[in-house]
Amino acid sequence: MLAATSEGLRLVATLDLRLWEIVVLSLAVSLSAVLLATLLGLPLGAALAVGRFPGRRALIVLLNALMGLPPVVVGLLVYLLLSRAGPLGEFGLLFTPPAMVVAQTILVLPIIAALCRQAVEDAWVEYEEQLRSLGAHGLRAALTLLWDIRFSLVTAVLAGLGRALAEVGAVIIVGGNIDGVTRVMTTTIALETSKGDLPLALSLGFILIALVILLNAVAHLIKEAAQRRYG
Amino acid sequence: MAASGSVLPMELRDLRFAAGGQSIIDGISATIDAGPATIILGANGAGKSVLMRLMHGLLRPTSGAIVWRAQDAERVQRGQAMVFQRPVMLRRSALANIVYALELARVPAGRRERQAMDALREVGLADVAGRPARVLSGGEQQRLALARAWALHPEVLFLDEPTANLDPGATREIENVIKAFDASGTKIVMSTHNLGQARRLGDEVLFLHQGRLVERAPVDTFFRQPASAEAAAFINGELPWV
Repeated sequence: MLAATSEGLRLVATLDLRLWEIVVLSLAVSLSAVLLATLLGLPLGAALAVGRFPGRRALIVLLNALMGLPPVVVGLLVYLLLSRAGPLGEFGLLFTPPAMVVAQTILVLPIIAALCRQAVEDAWVEYEEQLRSLGAHGLRAALTLLWDIRFSLVTAVLAGLGRALAEVGAVIIVGGNIDGVTRVMTTTIALETSKGDLPLALSLGFILIALVILLNAVAHLIKEAAQRRYG
Repeated sequence: MAASGSVLPMELRDLRFAAGGQSIIDGISATIDAGPATIILGANGAGKSVLMRLMHGLLRPTSGAIVWRAQDAERVQRGQAMVFQRPVMLRRSALANIVYALELARVPAGRRERQAMDALREVGLADVAGRPARVLSGGEQQRLALARAWALHPEVLFLDEPTANLDPGATREIENVIKAFDASGTKIVMSTHNLGQARRLGDEVLFLHQGRLVERAPVDTFFRQPASAEAAAFINGELPWV
């Protein structure tokens, strides 16, 4: 254990090339997925918060439930869609990084949309009368709210990013864990652990945890500074 | 004002509003004319805030109707503004808060900033134009809310207990701004339970009790010799705290 740990730390310290390729791909896939999920999820969440239409409550319950989507199930569904016989098979995306982005986007979208919906709805209680009095309705009101609570939404996006970086089930199914092509931090940890290469697995574990802490720290500082500035 | 004339008078026709099976506004009929500053007076729970929201169109009456002289709904909406008990400011500068309101009112982009600055000057907030609105004091935020309403040049300004949360100094400043509004020809419709304020700012009083319009009279008459037992009791009960 001790030997594995020190070897793991040495790999991190010496910037082992193989290691960093894996880290960079992980970040590229998860950040792309979170970006897409944010672009789709924030408007969706805001619309659900402000809109009044039949089926709205059922949709909210469904969205909240989807926050707990099992990654392997999402992986399986995307696999079926993208496999050669599937409806989207002609694009040849299976076992490529884009397929992993698609899977993680589906996984993260409900988290960002549901947390955004809650945040916008809480704000709407405070702002509704004022905004209606000023003549802001529907889409306009939703956009105003989103912009006004932009610093609180950082939390929703971070929750999504945490989920994307940490999951292994979806990317291993649609990516295939191909060395140098679709191998990311979590899938490598799973593989190397089963092969017995504990130093590599551990070093990736360190990096993964450090990255998540770093991203959260930066976001927290930004949020704090913004709240001091804007109240 | 527009060539088609004023949006006023506003006529309340047997207005009723109930929520959760409880009657809150119970058959109010009245005509609100341009001119005198109207004070909606009454104890807590008399229905003042709900009446203000019905008049401003934020709530739909359960039955009865509000009929404005102007037919065009858009014109009626543009002809009025409301200042709430607790101002809600967006997380942007004081100036940008007013510019936002002007944008919604379809004021051409080139004129917004100047119009907003004029309004800030009017309420004495020109020097904090660039400060984030939410870090201003409560009194400053309420003055900013007044400036935001002022910038829209409404014909009617509804004020729902605008000083209920403020200290005496801030209250005096707000009252001065309201007087200036009144003097410039804007119709003031203000709810309050503060008798001193009603006397200082009002020309006529609509006295509400349990959702009914019990008495309507010029301010002097109302305080000198209230016609109803409810109003007399309210005046006697409230006076010690003025």
